[in-house]
Order: sequence, then structure tokens, then C-alpha cells
Amino acid sequence: MNVIVCVKQVIDPEAPPASFKIDPTGNKMVTPPGVSPVVDPYAEYAVEAALRIKDVQGGKITAISLGANLVPEMVKKPLAMGADELILLADEAFAEGDSWSTAYALGMAIKKLGDYDLILCGREASDWDAGQVGSGIAEFLGLPSVSLARKIDITEGKARVERVTDDGYEVVEVSLPAVITVSNELGEPRYATIKGIMIARRKEPVVWKPADIGVESSQIGAAGRRSQLLKLFQPVREGKCEVAEGDSPEEAAVNLALKLREAKAL
Amino acid sequence: MAEYKGVLIYAEIGEGKLKAISTELLGCGRKLADDLGQELCAVLVGSGVSSLAREAIAFGADKVYVVDDPLLEDYQADSYVSVMAKVVKQVMPQILILGQTSIGRDLAPGLAFRLGTAAATDCIELAIDPDSKLMWQTKPVYGGNAQAIFTCQSYPQIATVRAKAMSPLERDDSKQGEVITIGADLDASAIRARVLEKVREEVEGIKLEEAEVIVSGGRGIGGADGFKQLEELAKILKGAVGASRPPCDNGWVADSLQVGLTGKIVAPNLYIAVGISGASQHISGCSGAKNIVAINKDPEANIFRQAHFGVVGDWKKVLPAFTSKVRELLAE
Repeated sequence: MNVIVCVKQVIDPEAPPASFKIDPTGNKMVTPPGVSPVVDPYAEYAVEAALRIKDVQGGKITAISLGANLVPEMVKKPLAMGADELILLADEAFAEGDSWSTAYALGMAIKKLGDYDLILCGREASDWDAGQVGSGIAEFLGLPSVSLARKIDITEGKARVERVTDDGYEVVEVSLPAVITVSNELGEPRYATIKGIMIARRKEPVVWKPADIGVESSQIGAAGRRSQLLKLFQPVREGKCEVAEGDSPEEAAVNLALKLREAKAL
Repeated sequence: MAEYKGVLIYAEIGEGKLKAISTELLGCGRKLADDLGQELCAVLVGSGVSSLAREAIAFGADKVYVVDDPLLEDYQADSYVSVMAKVVKQVMPQILILGQTSIGRDLAPGLAFRLGTAAATDCIELAIDPDSKLMWQTKPVYGGNAQAIFTCQSYPQIATVRAKAMSPLERDDSKQGEVITIGADLDASAIRARVLEKVREEVEGIKLEEAEVIVSGGRGIGGADGFKQLEELAKILKGAVGASRPPCDNGWVADSLQVGLTGKIVAPNLYIAVGISGASQHISGCSGAKNIVAINKDPEANIFRQAHFGVVGDWKKVLPAFTSKVRELLAE
């Protein structure tokens, strides 16, 4: 089994909400001071899904990250978790893309890799929360796709996927090769082991530029967008929290109930 | 682009009727269509769905397209993307709106890529720019830490809309409309995925999305046992129990209880958040609540920036006293 996993570098979504600030001129999220970029937590579930398949089937896992300003120690995390290879589509021209230009570049890189049975992505990335790149790669490569997987079993050239639905899950069988996006219901991704970290440290990622995957800079990144970002903003919530006080937690609790009654919320 | 006209709603069906999200989409689509001075159409895709076309008209559609085929019994991308691409090429709408559901979030991007246009997912507001007549698509980004407005200059402009973000119109059974059938023309051998089994994981009691009161617990609850106390309060209030992501990830409660960006979007009258810090991705799921109450020992917790009422204190001490006072007040 050759599995490809797409992994994005994002601003740490676990950073305190108050630290997220928008650059007023650029319509961009400013990386909060002291907050390091991380491997997108949703993509980590995809890496974990790939590792679970490899645990059973054997094979090779290739991680791909795309962007400008990729932090080498950080994007190596899939290697430290157990992936075999890392490809970086690292160039200024890949930056500021939308789902279209990102899926196109990833699709072209995967085409160049050629030998694959399964392509995994996170259900969405925790910066733009779009959840579209998996479907896009499938369309560009002419592959079937299944989204929101919480479990993947491989048998006889097919994947059996438990797909999360609005009121439970469904079991979908899809022929391989296919694109599958992985949801957080899969369960916690494993930690990198010390050995894994040592291996990752010695491993050099393969770096591809736009020309290496046969794409023009007009088709990728900001230039290749099909949607335009008009504005990025942070709505301010009016009003404030009415905190119930008391000499003890119990008394405060009683006062809270009374306040809610008064406000007709109870 | 001049030949593209009108607003098309992708209507979903569940338990033999239009899903709530579909009536919400029709309400929102009606306004967009009126602002453009164009028609509102709906499309029903599935097996045995024709009978619901009248319902879509009663909720605001001028025209309903129906694609009814046994091969469309279950949703999967191969067949639905191909059918919807055919519908779009025939109807040629300027705007196509779907729900941010397990179907819509899969179908919208697949279709956008197939048609060479862009989709904006999980929108909470859609509006027509009076100058360009393009649709402004507003959606939360960065886990709810910001919002973005997108436009797309190719037709159809595709958006998925979050549950409960829009209001349905009053049902009007006297409203007239046209029903048009479109053939699916599917080649069964080209469908590479199939649904083997569907499993509903319903929790007992009141459904989270329909509850008027929700008592939710977070990481601070510390384990499955603590949730029993939340259940007690929820029962007194005739409400449902919810959770933020950590209790689900840790297996303290079922994944289906999760409220947030990757869980359920709820808008109850009263939302009581116990031991929840208030990560933006959780707030995304409950910010539509009329009254948010926070019980948390950390006065700096983000939840207090979102809540309308609160108590700073250890929930283990606060909750029993709160529960018994609530019981007393409700008995009066």
C-alpha cells in the first residue's frame, strides 16, 4: 500500500482566542507573537489513519506539505510519527492559494509521484475551515472520494470506510485508488517516538518547485484562485457577562439561578 | 455569463419530508432571488422523492427540479456530483446553495471542481452586493476566531450554509409553482463507491439540535462520572446534554454529543457551559444560543467573553447548589 497524506502548516489553532489578530492592510491573519506554526491537527488524524493502515498492510507513507515559509522542524512531524518520505511544495508562488489552486498543485504533485493506492487529507484545515481540497484532488485526478472518515479498512483493493453522518455513520465501500478525508472521530493521533524524531531529523525532505510538477505560477497560489477574499474581520460581541457573586460557590450558584429566573431564561 | 440566471437550492430529504436545513435554505434563497429580481428554484435528488416537490414550493420555490432514480437511493459523490453537474448545466443558476450537512459539505466542493467554479462552505450570511450583483459569502474561519467574506466571479456561485443560520418562510400551501423532471442518466458501472450500511447513533431523550435547554460539559468535568450530574440538571430543565471536544475525544461521552465546528450547531434558549474554557471552535457551535451561562473556575476563560451569565468557581461545588435551586424555582 502506497499512501499519500496531505499535511498543512497552520497557525496553532489552540493558541488563545485573544491572540488572533488580523493585519488591517493585508486581510491576513497575523501569526501571534510567541505562537509557533504547527502541523494542522486535522491533518494529524490523516497521518494517524495512514499509519494504522501501514501497521496492518505494510507499505509506504509519503507526506506532502505545500506553502511558503514552511518551518523545516515542524513539517517533519509526519516523519517523526512514522511516515517514510516528505515532499515539500515550497515556493512563494504556492502561497495564499484557495481550495482550487491548492488542490491543483497537490494533484499535480501526486500525479508526478504516480505510484499510489490511497490519498488522505484532513477533513478540513483549521485556518480556512473549507474542507474542499480532498474533493478537488479527486476531481483533478479522476478518482473517487469519500469524506469524513472515522475508520478505514483495506481489503482486496477496496477501502471500507466508516463515514460520519449527521445522525451517526455509514459504511461506504470504495475502489482504490481513492481520496479519503479523515475526521477527528478517528481517535487521537499517536505521539512521535524519540526514535522517530531521530529518524526525522536525519531525513531530508524532497523539495519541488512549480516547474518540477509542471505547473505555471499563474495556476497556483494567489494567482490561481477562483474565489476572492473580500474581507477578513473579527466581529465584536456586544454586552458583557453578568457574573453572579456570593460568599461561597454555593451562594453564587443560588444567585445565578435567581438571576436567570429574573431574566426569564429559566 | 449572461445566460446564467436565478437561485437554485439543493433540498435534502429526511424521514419523508424536507429537512429543516432545506426550508432554511429556501428562506435565504427567496431573499437572494428577490434581491436579484430572479427566480428561486429547488432541486430534489434521490429515490422516491418526487412527492416532496409541492413542499418545496410551499416553502418558497417558484420551480422545482426533480431527479428521481433508484441509483440515487444513497448519497455518494460519484453519482450525485454527476447528476448535479447535469442539473446545473440545464438550469444554469447564478447561485447554488446547499446545506453544511454531511451531504452538502461533500457535494458542494466536488461539484465546484467539476464545474470549474468555487464554493464557500459553512456560510452564516449570504447577501447580494448591490453594485456587482455578486454574492457575498460570509463564513467563520480560523476555528471561529475570525470571519471572512468571499466572492466568486464565475457562475454558479456555490455556497453551503450552516444549520440554523437562516430562517424559513411560513409554509404556504396555496403557493403555485412548476415541477420539472430531469433524468439521472447514470451509468451504474461508473459509480465507484457504494453505501453498505447506515447506522443511526441516536441518544436517548431530546435531540441536541432540537433542545430548548442544553447543559454542556468540557475538559473541566474530568471524566464520565461528572456527566451524570449534568444529566440530572438537563433532566430537570427538560433539556439535553452536550459536550465540547475534549470529553468526546477522551471517550467520556459519545461523539454525537459534541457541540462545535466539527460537531453539532445548536441554538437553544439556554446553554449552560460547565467546565468549558470556550475555544472558538466550540463557541462556533453554540453562539446562536439566546442565553449562554458559564460555570468555570478560571475567571480569564474565554467562555466568560461569550457568556451572558456566569459563576466563577469549581463546578463540583457550584453545580449541586445550582441544580437544587433550579429544582426549587421550577417547582414554584
